[in-house]
Amino acid sequence: MSTTHTQTAVATAAEPDYLSCSKGWKSWLLTLDHKRIGVMYLIAISASFFLGGLFALALRLELFHPGKDFVDGDGYNQLFTLHGAVMVFLFIIPGIPAALGNFVLPLMLGAKDVAFPRMNLASFWLWLFGAIFFVFVLASGGLDTGWTFYTPYSVEAQTAVIFAATGAFILGFSSIFTGINFIVTIHKMRPAGMTWFRMPLFLWGMYATAIIQVLATPVLGITLLLLIFERVTGAGIFDPHNGGDPILFQHFFWFYSHPAVYIMILPAMAIVSELVSVFSRKPIFGYKMIAYSSVAIALLGFLVWGHHMFTSGQSKLAGAIFSALTFSVSIPSAIKVFNWLATLYKGSISLATPMLYALAFIFLFLIGGLTGLFLGTLSTDVHLHDTYFIVAHFHYVMVGGTLFAFLGGLHYWWPKMFGRMYSARGSAIACLVSFVGFNVAFFPMFPLGAKGMPRRYWYYLEEDFISYHQLATVGTVLLGCGLLGIVVVLLKSLKNGERAPANPWGAATMEWEAASPPIHHNFHHTPAVHDPYDFGDLRFDPAQGGYARTSNATATATH
Amino acid sequence: MMLTLAQAGEGTFWFPAQAAENAAKVDDLFYFVLYVSVFFFLLIMTILSIFVIRYRRREGVEPEKSPSHNTVLEIVWSVIPTALVVYMFYTGFTGYLEKRTPPTGAYEIGVTAQKWSWNFTYPNGHTTNVLHVPVGVETQMVMTSEDVIHSFFVPAFREKMDVLPGRYTKAWFTPTLVGTYDLFCAEYCGTAHSEMITKVVVHPQDGPDSFENWLREDSDFLTKLSPVEGGKKVYQLRGCGQCHSLDGTSGNGPSFKGAWGTERTLADGPKVVFDENYVRESILMPKAKVLAGYEPVMPTFQGRIKDEEITALIAFLKSLQQ
Repeated sequence: MSTTHTQTAVATAAEPDYLSCSKGWKSWLLTLDHKRIGVMYLIAISASFFLGGLFALALRLELFHPGKDFVDGDGYNQLFTLHGAVMVFLFIIPGIPAALGNFVLPLMLGAKDVAFPRMNLASFWLWLFGAIFFVFVLASGGLDTGWTFYTPYSVEAQTAVIFAATGAFILGFSSIFTGINFIVTIHKMRPAGMTWFRMPLFLWGMYATAIIQVLATPVLGITLLLLIFERVTGAGIFDPHNGGDPILFQHFFWFYSHPAVYIMILPAMAIVSELVSVFSRKPIFGYKMIAYSSVAIALLGFLVWGHHMFTSGQSKLAGAIFSALTFSVSIPSAIKVFNWLATLYKGSISLATPMLYALAFIFLFLIGGLTGLFLGTLSTDVHLHDTYFIVAHFHYVMVGGTLFAFLGGLHYWWPKMFGRMYSARGSAIACLVSFVGFNVAFFPMFPLGAKGMPRRYWYYLEEDFISYHQLATVGTVLLGCGLLGIVVVLLKSLKNGERAPANPWGAATMEWEAASPPIHHNFHHTPAVHDPYDFGDLRFDPAQGGYARTSNATATATH
Repeated sequence: MMLTLAQAGEGTFWFPAQAAENAAKVDDLFYFVLYVSVFFFLLIMTILSIFVIRYRRREGVEPEKSPSHNTVLEIVWSVIPTALVVYMFYTGFTGYLEKRTPPTGAYEIGVTAQKWSWNFTYPNGHTTNVLHVPVGVETQMVMTSEDVIHSFFVPAFREKMDVLPGRYTKAWFTPTLVGTYDLFCAEYCGTAHSEMITKVVVHPQDGPDSFENWLREDSDFLTKLSPVEGGKKVYQLRGCGQCHSLDGTSGNGPSFKGAWGTERTLADGPKVVFDENYVRESILMPKAKVLAGYEPVMPTFQGRIKDEEITALIAFLKSLQQ
């Protein structure tokens, strides 16, 4: 055991890590290293999240008081559109796969990089290119169509619809590139001995996500091109004034955008599966069911888009089919929750910050998922559709689910990414503040919506609604403070955090066999394949401050 | 304006008053889903808390081995949720069929939505922008939009249906409770989407306030009232006030206060006098002469407004000179 560590330590000292192996902006912007691309994505999506968050804060402040405060109807419409578009296209879709996935996926396979490193860099550049279009949108009159671009409104809107649609189109390609890369990498680069059912569940989640990215995103691309075509030529595809069909647009749009919800949530579930197992030191319960349910969710997710359209005028039969299929997705989601719960049973549960996020995720995702039942149910959806109930529901899934899992993953892999430990106490407090803030912000929206407050309203007359809106605004500010706290704690760790050991959490997946941070080529030797959820031979080693394998048998075999 | 729901039945923590026959069914199903959800949420969170406390990490203590899967348990926790959601689906579906299948012979009201007002047309041809319906009568809305997609939403009736340009959609309900309720546009439609709200007045069957009486009296206001008063009513009924104020503040369109007879500059340069012909043309062909500083957003009223109404409206605008 100790010899292995000394070797690693010596090697680390001899070979610089990926962060310091080359210098200069070119060595970053033109890098083919999946880790650097992951870090650049992390910075880029964090900046987008900050921007989207500012829009959110502004619109919540406007709603604090029922009348006009500092923006008018047009200003508010811009705020909610840009909040949605930036958060969806620039942050949450690329979020976990492109930032964390890029960094972790090859490491988890014991590989040097993804299958197509150049395509990986191209994906990042496409993201930047797409983001530039969104900057154009901001500079040229904004966008007021909602992130959904519903026709015919988006055909006649006076704002920068074409720029925004082009931006989203390009971002789509960025997403497809990541998806193709991950599919091929997982198929072709698994080390000998890592069969499909010995893969970490994070890889199953990434794989399921990549399938959706590759199959669904082209439909969004085509739809947006048709929208641009409609605006430029008035061909009459979606605009009824020229003989088009606006409902057709909704079908096309949701054919991508519903699966996109699973692009957001599957990676989140994948992270939580890792965290729950590692921090309970227990093999994940029902591994195969979790793996299958990821794929089941990905496939069924393609067949439920019509549940966004129960009040749109689609046929009763279509409504019935989409409702039934929607409920069928709820079962694999429920199974995952039960599996996480069973994993905790008789575990050795550590409440380190990543685990706090995993537990927060379960709490919030449960609310998000259960409130989805009200919306999958046809007759109640008719009342709740397009009210704040929906706003609350999808924020519980996307923020409570995806964002909290993303933060959990970030705190989990942060020591690996940057080689530093952050303040355990500070990060736990920031997590708690964000959790409370989130609930205060979004829970009141459930009764608010059921009482009849429609979404996308910049003012409201009902005295009834005021206290709910005020609570939501207070919660948003609190959530903002929590998120700011997270940034402070993490950035501080870069400056004066303790050096991270190779395996601070006692995880059994392969990325923890690399140094923290890893060297440019990730591993000195291809690490041996272990069961990703067998923690039996991992013991805390005080000399290192981290965990190490006690059984030399497998470890030495590779040296 | 601030007619609250308390006038007509009590709301609950979750819902406004139930004012239509279908509403109770929707609410009952909502509460069923709610109780199931709360039960499972509490169950899972309780077990989770117990596990986290009981099995918290202790130095030097390794977790006991426990099975990594259990077929019976996994089947149980797949089958029970499945059974529950099958029930939810079925009940929701039958409720939806009822909502979406208008009865034959229902009282029919035409609905025209436009940016950003509602127009309701009764069988006798009379139009209003507040919806009036009789209590206890099956009433059907036949709806279309002049421009973009809107959505007809009456929370107290638990009814919502999108209103589309170029086709007709239907909504129906049987009001059960006399009173005044909110009617919202629920599909985002631009600048004044949040102001595209009006009221539904449910009239009693008999008495002076009955629907019949209201419709008879309201229909012939142009012959009963003076042109100025009639014009004011047209201004209100047609939703002109959504964009054209009477107090001098500029909205999406110019204010009517003191506008009559003034000379205005058009967006493309020439000047125009705010007179009878300009007003008439702007109502029928609003995009022909747009004033400088305004967007061409006004919808046309061609074919939807009677000459008498325009005449009365002109008389009303003239009265606003001082």
